[in-house]
Amino acid sequence: MKQWKTSGKRFRFIWQNKNVRRISYIKESQGDSLMKSGNMKGRLDLKIQKFRWKKNRLRRAFFLFLAPSFIGVLVFVLVPFLDVFKRSFTTAVTGQFNGIQNYKTIFTNQAFQLAVKNTFRFTFVCIPILVVVGLIIAFPLSKLKSAGLIKSLYLFPLAMPTATIVIVWKMFFYKQGFLNLFLTRLGEWSGLWGEIHKDYLGSSAAFWVLVFSYVWKNTGYTIVLWLAGILGISGEMLEAARVDGASELQSFFRVVLPNLKGSLYTIVILSFLNSFKIYREAYLVAGSYPEQDIYLLQHLFNNWFVNLDFDKMAAAAVCVGGFLFVVIMILQRLWDKSE
Amino acid sequence: MKKKIKGIKQEITTVLLLLPAVLVCLPVLLLITGSVMGNGELRECLSPIFAEDLAFVTWKLVPDYPTFENYGKLLFLTPQFFVLFWNSIKIVGCILVGQLLAGVPAAWAFAVYKVKGSRALFALYVVLMLLPFQVTMLSSYLVLNRLGMLDTHQALILPAVFSTFPVFLVYGGFRGIPMQLFEAARIDGAGEFTIFRKIGLPLGKSGLLSAMVLGFLEYWNMMEQPMAFLEEKALWPLSLYLPEITWAQAGYAFGASIITLIPAVFVFVWGQDYLEQGIIFSGLKE
Repeated sequence: MKQWKTSGKRFRFIWQNKNVRRISYIKESQGDSLMKSGNMKGRLDLKIQKFRWKKNRLRRAFFLFLAPSFIGVLVFVLVPFLDVFKRSFTTAVTGQFNGIQNYKTIFTNQAFQLAVKNTFRFTFVCIPILVVVGLIIAFPLSKLKSAGLIKSLYLFPLAMPTATIVIVWKMFFYKQGFLNLFLTRLGEWSGLWGEIHKDYLGSSAAFWVLVFSYVWKNTGYTIVLWLAGILGISGEMLEAARVDGASELQSFFRVVLPNLKGSLYTIVILSFLNSFKIYREAYLVAGSYPEQDIYLLQHLFNNWFVNLDFDKMAAAAVCVGGFLFVVIMILQRLWDKSE
Repeated sequence: MKKKIKGIKQEITTVLLLLPAVLVCLPVLLLITGSVMGNGELRECLSPIFAEDLAFVTWKLVPDYPTFENYGKLLFLTPQFFVLFWNSIKIVGCILVGQLLAGVPAAWAFAVYKVKGSRALFALYVVLMLLPFQVTMLSSYLVLNRLGMLDTHQALILPAVFSTFPVFLVYGGFRGIPMQLFEAARIDGAGEFTIFRKIGLPLGKSGLLSAMVLGFLEYWNMMEQPMAFLEEKALWPLSLYLPEITWAQAGYAFGASIITLIPAVFVFVWGQDYLEQGIIFSGLKE
């Protein structure tokens, strides 16, 4: 009885069958107690009915609780996105159907190609850096007894609004800024090079400024996720490795790392999500049309938006959205498999 | 002896980790000193930016003549600043309240009622959460335009209210409650809403607060949305106004940065446990 309540269909089925069998057994052996067995069947029906009613109740509750949010999502995201999908096959001004012309336009558009290339480059450069930096800090941190303050310091950039940090980055990476000052002093001190006046923001180095800024901002986030993963590894497993004579390096590579696969997927997905927000820094440092190495998809979307190129924007939104959807699905599959 | 070695090892690790951590927070220090420097002194330090010569920017950890003139100017002579500050507070406050009203019940629905179709809907929510703003920008614009909400604060508030990220975070909090509790309450005759209010909300509080803390930091820093949907500068949030201040008014910019930073730091310090919790929830698999 108890089992039936807590678990799913299979148990219910077994339970039912057992009873039906019992009922038929009663019917066969004790012909005179047919009344009794009929009674029992009635009770059984009642139970099933009650179960159905409860299931309906849960269904109703689910939809009632979900309704406010789901209606909002429908109105503000899903339905308009269908509209965008429709628009991606029409011209911007007259709204006439023109097939896949918009898609052809964006894929032959140089700005789009450049933006896609840069966005990919940015993602593939900064996510591995972030993941590794986070782990390098998180692992020793997990062994400290009092890690609170250090963790807070690393997390702090998360709280700093982009607008406030950009003024500092400008002072750092400006031609006459702190970084060049530091490098020049280093050169004078070691006698290896002279004064350096590189303009980091106006050259291809701007890309690396963005990578730096991204890692600076998100390291804390990653550390917390890694720490959660590391602390989730059972101490017994590590103890067993130590007893078997594994060195610390060995136990790190053979025990800790393989157990962090789940965390890795999470971190990659969330870092990816956050990587799109780098647009804020890029825009504030260099405006709508920055140096070509940091012209990202986000810039392109924004410029299309400002110029009312809705046809291109719709096609690009469908492409990027579809691409992300596929990537997320693949990552989730991998994730499922890893467990 | 072994214990002693272990202690020393701990100390070395602490120092090695603490040094970069302090460097990470250096920019704040820079902002603070900048905000209490007088205009003359700032001009002297930053003069290489104006003049095209080869001298470097200089800085002092403690200004020669510390002054609060920047803050005074901001707080007493620029009423505009208050308008923007208030805009930010209003937008973020409305978004968070709205997210609570819409997102928390939705998270509850996903966490407690495993009915047919709930998994598929949840997957949809996860995908929506991961779509960047640029992908949904045009669709948001179309609907806001249709509803006549462009150039109003609703244009920022409503789409954010129905963001699915907080649903995911709050869901993480609700999932930690043992199911048997709800079952017991049902047997005792409690309605579903009573269970939500009396058991769900108190026990799922950590998820709720995490969503609020992460939400505050995110929307206090909101830029893409106001840039796209607000033309009227009087409606702008602080985060968008700050970059408009030029180098010529550097002291003013530093002061304004610090004031913008204060609420965020306050939320950060107060809610750090929830922030960490929220990050962990954001990483939970459904």
